[in-house]
Amino acid sequence: MTHARPCALAALSFALAACGGSDPDPTQYGSDPPLPELQTQLLPTMGIAKPAEWGNQQPTVPPGYAIKAIATDLAIPRQTLILPNGDILVAEGRGGGAPKLQPKDIVAGYIKSMGTSPVKGGNRLTLLRDADGDGSYEVQTVFAEDLNAPYGLALVDGRLYVANQDALVRFDYVEGATRPSGPPVKVTDLPSAINHHWTKALAASADGRFLYVGIGSNSNITERGMEAEVGRAMVWEVDAATGAHRPYATGLRNPTALAIQPGTGQLWAVVNERDEIGPNLVPDYLTSVREGGFYGWPYSYWGGNVDPRVRPEDPEKVAAAIEPDYSLGSHVAALGVAFSNTAMGEEFADGVFVGEHGSWNRRDPVGYKVVFVPFRGGRPDGPPVDFVFGFRGSDGMTRGRPVGVSVDPRGALIVADDLSNTVWRVAPVR
Amino acid sequence: MHPVHAFLLAATVPPFLGAVLSDYAYTATYHVQWSNFSSWLIVGGLVFGFAALVCSLVGLRRADRRGGRFAVSLTLILAICVLGFVNALIHARDAWATMPMGLVLSVIVAVLACAATVVGFSTLRRRVAP
Repeated sequence: MTHARPCALAALSFALAACGGSDPDPTQYGSDPPLPELQTQLLPTMGIAKPAEWGNQQPTVPPGYAIKAIATDLAIPRQTLILPNGDILVAEGRGGGAPKLQPKDIVAGYIKSMGTSPVKGGNRLTLLRDADGDGSYEVQTVFAEDLNAPYGLALVDGRLYVANQDALVRFDYVEGATRPSGPPVKVTDLPSAINHHWTKALAASADGRFLYVGIGSNSNITERGMEAEVGRAMVWEVDAATGAHRPYATGLRNPTALAIQPGTGQLWAVVNERDEIGPNLVPDYLTSVREGGFYGWPYSYWGGNVDPRVRPEDPEKVAAAIEPDYSLGSHVAALGVAFSNTAMGEEFADGVFVGEHGSWNRRDPVGYKVVFVPFRGGRPDGPPVDFVFGFRGSDGMTRGRPVGVSVDPRGALIVADDLSNTVWRVAPVR
Repeated sequence: MHPVHAFLLAATVPPFLGAVLSDYAYTATYHVQWSNFSSWLIVGGLVFGFAALVCSLVGLRRADRRGGRFAVSLTLILAICVLGFVNALIHARDAWATMPMGLVLSVIVAVLACAATVVGFSTLRRRVAP
């Protein structure tokens, strides 16, 4: 047991964490989730994934669908992009490295690292190609390298945009190429000081004129100081031609994935909410992003529910806070979102897929799966449906952690898994 | 009391006192860096506190030191270690979640550190006196 020491440490934290049994999952889904009272504990409750190899196992998918690993041995795959010719780009990297300010940062950072892959981040894009369309991706080649923790990807008119952890860059791309036509050109710098939440999500507007960049907060709840949060916890709108940018929506603690709704052109986001106020607070959410909207962080959560950990307070901001559209449940850690299409099959045609990396701040783990949130009339409607699951086995071991999801127009869901360093493809059986 | 024991006991006072001051500065300014200072000062105080506790426990085996004042000193050091550790956990909370409990505990622990040092040093004085 190589993990004996961290286990002992985790056991200690369990023992010290204030009494209380399990953290039942309260079906905290939809537009009006139950929000329990705030809880403070002497030690945050932790439930860290125990990694294991897949061996001959695989994630589970609904009847009528098949799953296959189309790329393995990647270097921390995060987000994926389907190119027009069907090739798949995979962004690989591990960013962050925020300084440890408190004794707690050292202990908690060590414990949390036990639930992630030990592989070094690739800082590259890998291209996967299935030339004959049989669902096997026979080509796996490095498309671009020497990037800085690339995450968000978008393609607009032969221009491939890559959101590094410190800058938005652009490559010229010719359809069918396995390398970009030239070196990257910087579109704009992105906020990167400290970079507590380092991922930079990306989506292009329907007309391609604007790029939306999700920028996470620099702390859980302002514990690195208010000054560190200037320009953070927001979505930027970047002019693709000039690189000029402005805040498009604010108060979004960690907008980890963005998507444009087909038909309406509306921007949607999945957002990771704050920790350490209980196993069932605060719900991570899926929401349409209103231009100029303020979504509460840090002053309040789920609309106007004040977070007493923030000083100085700002009642005006609290009063202005918008309630998100759809709760995914607390601590699920949604890191991917993609709109579906009719090629995915009737039952899963209208809605979004959401990749849930899985919880740490909760005794009973949640997330660790890809869910489908059904839509009707362009809005979420109904509880989420498990679409790819079984990343945590009945033996309590965790074999994968979903991150980015993409929908192939030809009818397949592509899931990046940054624990097993695999890309999975789920397609209807024809 | 052994001079090393005396040193360790007295050394708990500056960091625990510093934690009170920086906790107060945090409540007065909301600048979170003061809270970070407190976190480290408390850890520093605990290092000396636990070392002093070990000295006390070793000293417990020596019959001539089982006087009333030694027992009081030992109890105070034990209280410093327990409450100081709880205070360290309180200070591990994010932002204002450390308050007001953090400041209250910091004051209590600092007062205990002063008291333990005074009581401990008084046993020193008794031993030196004829």
